[in-house]
Amino acid sequence: MSTQSEMHLYAPGHSGCPGCAPSLTLITVLDALGKDIIVVNATGCMEINSSQYPNSAWRVPYIHSLFENAAAVASGISAALRAKGNDHTTVVVIAGDGATYDIGFGALSGMMERNDDVLYICYDNELYANTGVQKSGATPFGANTNTTQVGSKHRGKEGDRKALIEIAAAHGIPYAAQSNIAFIHDVRAKVKKAQGMRGSRVINIFAPCALGAGFDGSQSIKVARLAAQTRMCPMFEVENGEYKLSVNVAPAQKKPVLEYLSLQQRFKHFTPDDVSKVQMKADKYWNHLMKLCGLPTDEQVAAQEKK
Amino acid sequence: MALTTINNSAAIALAASYCKVDVVASYPITPSTPITHELDKLYVNGGFPKFIPVEAEFSAISSLLGASAAGARTFSATCGQGLMLMHEALFSTAGLRLPVVMAVANRAISSPLNIWNDEQDSMCQRDSGWIQLYCKNGQEAVDTVIQAFKIAEKAMLPAMVCLDGFYLTHSVGQVDIPDRDKVAAFLPPYKNPCVLDPQNPLTVGAYAVPADYQDFREDLSADLEASARTIEEVGKEFGKAFGREYGLVEYHNCKDADRVIVTLGSVYNTIELVADALRAKGEKVGVAHLRSFRPFPAADLRANLGGKHVLVVERDISPGAVPPVYAELSEALAGTGSTVSVAAGLLGGREAKRQAFESLFERMKQGKVKGWFCSKEKKL
Repeated sequence: MSTQSEMHLYAPGHSGCPGCAPSLTLITVLDALGKDIIVVNATGCMEINSSQYPNSAWRVPYIHSLFENAAAVASGISAALRAKGNDHTTVVVIAGDGATYDIGFGALSGMMERNDDVLYICYDNELYANTGVQKSGATPFGANTNTTQVGSKHRGKEGDRKALIEIAAAHGIPYAAQSNIAFIHDVRAKVKKAQGMRGSRVINIFAPCALGAGFDGSQSIKVARLAAQTRMCPMFEVENGEYKLSVNVAPAQKKPVLEYLSLQQRFKHFTPDDVSKVQMKADKYWNHLMKLCGLPTDEQVAAQEKK
Repeated sequence: MALTTINNSAAIALAASYCKVDVVASYPITPSTPITHELDKLYVNGGFPKFIPVEAEFSAISSLLGASAAGARTFSATCGQGLMLMHEALFSTAGLRLPVVMAVANRAISSPLNIWNDEQDSMCQRDSGWIQLYCKNGQEAVDTVIQAFKIAEKAMLPAMVCLDGFYLTHSVGQVDIPDRDKVAAFLPPYKNPCVLDPQNPLTVGAYAVPADYQDFREDLSADLEASARTIEEVGKEFGKAFGREYGLVEYHNCKDADRVIVTLGSVYNTIELVADALRAKGEKVGVAHLRSFRPFPAADLRANLGGKHVLVVERDISPGAVPPVYAELSEALAGTGSTVSVAAGLLGGREAKRQAFESLFERMKQGKVKGWFCSKEKKL
């Protein structure tokens, strides 16, 4: 007799923290993809949580080699499968933002440039969690991490996060999308859509780390949802070069970034000035995205309302 | 046997395609580029199914380890900085027990930049868990590529076929390219027992805590050591099939010799000429070619060279310590009454004339020799 838990392809018994959003992401992604897949995992929390010899939480074929080579390993597996006449198995990379935005970025870019037949999924918790909370290329402006600490001369991360999905889309790949684990239907829909396509497909799934960002594990989904609602991490997809907004939060209904920031210890040092700086950045990025999607910007909406 | 006049790089690529490689990934770097070009030329004409023109050597080896785990026979060519960039993934390939085969066109390492030949690049990968076989000419390189697949797949360990950059990669000579069908008969299809397969899901590359980790490293070490027998067996089988037999070490006039020079790679050819000339004058000298550096054939060397004065000519260094072949040979011959000497140098394409080797044999008469070879400062 099979229980609900036995039906998950990412099995219970892994050692994710209570409220671990990346673990929930893995369960959701694998169940959406089904059994005909091969997973390539980059070094990181999800690898350490799931594969301590002689145990494994993976009910699908799984390989882990190194931190920075998951995209290249996947390119090779895909080449091998196609060379052997297998044209159905989906090769899936599962990597965190450190492996994706930073150390494995060259391999990912190469994979996308060649349009290798790989579905690349980044669970993005905006920091290096496994090594004890350091900044990554996905860490947002101002965040306090162990390599962007708050002191008398410097106050948190000084740059912005990389626009990974735009960078991916700029490679001309068939599909690139930003999703968010708070919107499970969106994760499933994007993963399934991507699985039905061929070539390089990249999905970045926002999945915050309670421990690293400094909030209670019971709040993970709330924090994730607010990231979308406050424009801190808007959801969209780029299909064959065409940008589409995924969850349309109308400008008038947007929530202020403070609602998102104030839940997390990593922004505790923010002054009202910092908060307005982040608000401006979020609005600016939103409007940039609206232009890409062919949708009205805040300014255009306001002008429309005046009429 | 039919000799073909061919560039060695083209011959090596052809040999790999006769081995029915499924996936090749390679990145341009001098002097292994001609092998890469020839592989691509074969690929675009249907010689094998997949060629991945990667964005860096690190991805070349990484994609091949993935392909190998998915059941494909894999091949690459690189050298020098390319091999250095692969360093971390070389260890992972061996640790995951994936029989990737790679031609290494031995080249100096930066800095300063130098594209010419020595063997520092592969020597500093000696602890990676790869089998390392060195070739002294193009024929050996072709034959060793074919054997390397069989050895690697029996041992479930990756293998490097090392050949001197430029001297061997860019030279044209007479090579017997083994018959394609005979190669197919010699080399059974690759079967990875832990293949990534959705029908039989396995976890490959689990991490190991202190209670388990060392066991994996002990297994790897024992299996690499045991691959010496496989190298010998495959070398004999190859001899039966193609008329050229191979072993771990090639000994030339060593039995009655009192002085022997041991070396790796194409420099052997010059030393053999010198030794033969000295033999003709009645000197009891021999030469040995260390074909297998990993596994290191300590017992074989001890049995054949024990008690003699043995000098290593090696083209690699270990700054702050003695060079590696000398260190390992010294350990192998310890207690046999041997004197072990070393002449290290010929780095970054520096060449030695026959007289330099004659002088080495002469110096050996007076006892132990140890130092830089062909140095501007202190001449050996």
